[in-house]
Parts: sequence; structure tokens; C-alpha cells
Amino acid sequence: MARLTAGVATSHVPAVGRAIDTGQTQNDYWKPMFDGFDFSKKWEESEKPDVVFLVYNDHATAFSLDFIPTFAIGVAEDYAVADEGFGPRPVPPVEGHADLAWHIAGSVIQQDFDLTVVNKMDLDHGLTVPLSLMFGQPERWPCKVIPFAVNVVQYPVPSGRRCYNLGKAIRKAIDSFDQDLNVQIWGTGGMSHQLQGPRAGLINQPWDQAFLNDIGDNVDRLVGIPPEEYIREAGSEGIELVMWLIMRGALDDQVTEVHRHYHVPASNTAIGHIILKNGK
Amino acid sequence: MTKSRPYDDVPGTTVFDERMSRKGYHLNQFCMSLMKPENRDRFKSDNRGYLDDWKMTEDQKQAVIDRDYNRMLSLGGNIYFLAKIFSCDGLSFQYAASTMTGVSEDEYLKMMLAGGRSPDGNRYKHEWDKSNG
Ligand SMILES: [Fe+2]
Repeated sequence: MARLTAGVATSHVPAVGRAIDTGQTQNDYWKPMFDGFDFSKKWEESEKPDVVFLVYNDHATAFSLDFIPTFAIGVAEDYAVADEGFGPRPVPPVEGHADLAWHIAGSVIQQDFDLTVVNKMDLDHGLTVPLSLMFGQPERWPCKVIPFAVNVVQYPVPSGRRCYNLGKAIRKAIDSFDQDLNVQIWGTGGMSHQLQGPRAGLINQPWDQAFLNDIGDNVDRLVGIPPEEYIREAGSEGIELVMWLIMRGALDDQVTEVHRHYHVPASNTAIGHIILKNGK
Repeated sequence: MTKSRPYDDVPGTTVFDERMSRKGYHLNQFCMSLMKPENRDRFKSDNRGYLDDWKMTEDQKQAVIDRDYNRMLSLGGNIYFLAKIFSCDGLSFQYAASTMTGVSEDEYLKMMLAGGRSPDGNRYKHEWDKSNG
């Protein structure tokens, strides 16, 4: 049977992708941020996941305003890297896991979450930057990926509680897949940032730290945070943190924190990163 | 239909709900078109001519030509869509954010290096009204 072994959360800033792609990760500005991922890359080398279920949001790349799926699961065999306006990132294409993806789509829809099923979508920095942070710059990504896109652009966006419960449904689906696979779930985005308007540049370190403190053992508090609190306290784009709750919902109630990293700033954003393993 | 929302009292922030999205549909879809290199080239060589192919208001077109991002936000633009415009200009999110806050990119960078804009005094519109009056 497939085994969900760990959850990873990380921010997914475009400028981080650019720093990697242009070889600037060791300069004064970026080094402290990237140092926090050295452990994570080594950890992934020993964990060797077969599949990453990667929760991210599309930033007006694959989805325009023509149609806006709240939750979309990629079921393709492979995916191209998107051109977001300055050419695609020079990273390998992403291989999907169509069998597991279709199985999860079927199971989760039958558990009353209405997913949009997607056969073709180009993947933007929301998905590729976390892959680079966790796997470095390989010729080929070391595992298959199931992209799972959450709408956090057009309001209303899904609540933290719905995301958390969706995570639980995804877990049930993974547990009932009859191939022996090591599966990780990643939640990406955040932490505090605001990219727009006169309040741009907002960063709330105490609020972020409290979120990191509670995601392991006190997630009930986080699940109840309403969208307006994310906007007010963590900036308009801080709402991306609801995607971390999908990751957390899929893990056991009891988890062990393996690694944590927090750094300000990466361009406009507070970088947060945590690795949780199932069980105490 | 236009009843107030719990986030309406956050200062300096435009939440992209249906009130904004309905205004900005054509503006945002124009932005999406800039993801194709051939469209970027056409737009770069003639902003006005390219914009005239879109069902946008004159205000929206002028705001794009002026690269006035706050104005575009107020006319229904969403920041992730507007990002296609400054990417096409070869400019970063950090640069765009600085123009929206009315400071130089250098000053903005310094603020971020010092830990970013504090939430204190920036949570409610009335806090901004007080400091301006
Ligand atoms: Fe994002």
C-alpha cells in the first residue's frame, strides 16, 4: 500500500527561483535564506520519496479568469514548465503519477470534495520553486509529482478548515492505493507578504512564528483563522498559508518536527519552511 | 450586492473579490495575453495599438500605458495578472511593489532588509486616517 510518510511546507517566491537559475544563491543577500534548505536537500536524499503530492497555487498562469477551479488535481503523465512572462525557468519538466492521481481524484470526490480534474496545465513558480529548494538542480526531478492547485487569487477562497479537512480526505485516498509507494505531501506559499498597494511589504514575524509553532501540535487554532485575519495580519498574499493546512490535514494527528527555517526577506516575502514526520 | 466585507477596513489593500473581478475582467485577460512572446513583442512596440484590441475602459488603458499599478488595482487589476506587465518590462516584483508604496526601490529594499513593514499601525483604515490627519 502507499504510505504517506512526511509533510513539507515552504514558501515559493519567484525571486528565489531567479536566484537559483542565475547562480546567486551564495551572495550576501540570498545565502542565509538558502542555508536553511541545506538540511532539507540532504534529508530528501535519504528519504527518497516516490511521489510528492504538491499543493500550490497557480498565479494567473494555467488558469486565467475564464474559469477558476477552487481545487484542481493534475492527472497527466507529464507537465511543461510555464513561461510566466520572461521565458520558462530552466528546470526539468515534471513527471506526473497518473495512476495515483486518478485514484486520489476518485476517492476525494466520493468523499464530497468537488475537484477539477486537469489533463493539461503548465506549472509556474508556485510548484517549481519548492522542487528546486528541496531537490536542488538535478538533470531530472528525482520523483513523480501530483500537482494540486488551490485558488487563493479570486475571492472567496477556501477556508482553512475546508483545506484541513480536504487534507484528511487526501490521506484516506493515499492510504487506500494498492501500490507500495513512499508519498510526501507538500504545502507551499506564504508566509507573511503583501505584493500590492500602499501597504505592500508587510511582514509579521511574530504572527508567522506563532503559525510555525502551532502547525505541529496546535493546528486547531490555525484551522479557525478566518481569511480576513490572514489579510490583516499576514498581508493580502499571506492567505496562501491555507495551503499548509491541506498538508497538515493529511498527516497523522501526532507529528514530529524534523526541521524548521524562517528568514526575512526574500524580495517581498517572509520565507517559512518546516518538515514534519508522521508519529511522535 | 455591495455589502461590506470583513476585510474592507484593511488599509492600502485591494482584495480581489467579485466587486473587483467584474470590473477588471478584460484588463486581467489582456495581461494574460502577455505570456506569449509574440504578444509581448507587439505590446512593447505599440502599447496603445495593442490595448485597443481589448474591451478595456479608456481609464484602464491609460493606467497600463502610465504603468500606474495602484490605479490598475483600483480598476479591477489583480496583482498576479499585472505581474505580466512588469515582467514584460523586465522589472521585478520588488520594483513594482516599491512604485505602489510611493518610495524608491532602494528605500523599499532597505525597509525589507530591516524586516519589512510592521503590521503595527497598518491593520485598520482608521489607523491610517489618524496618522494623516
Ligand atoms: Fe504564491
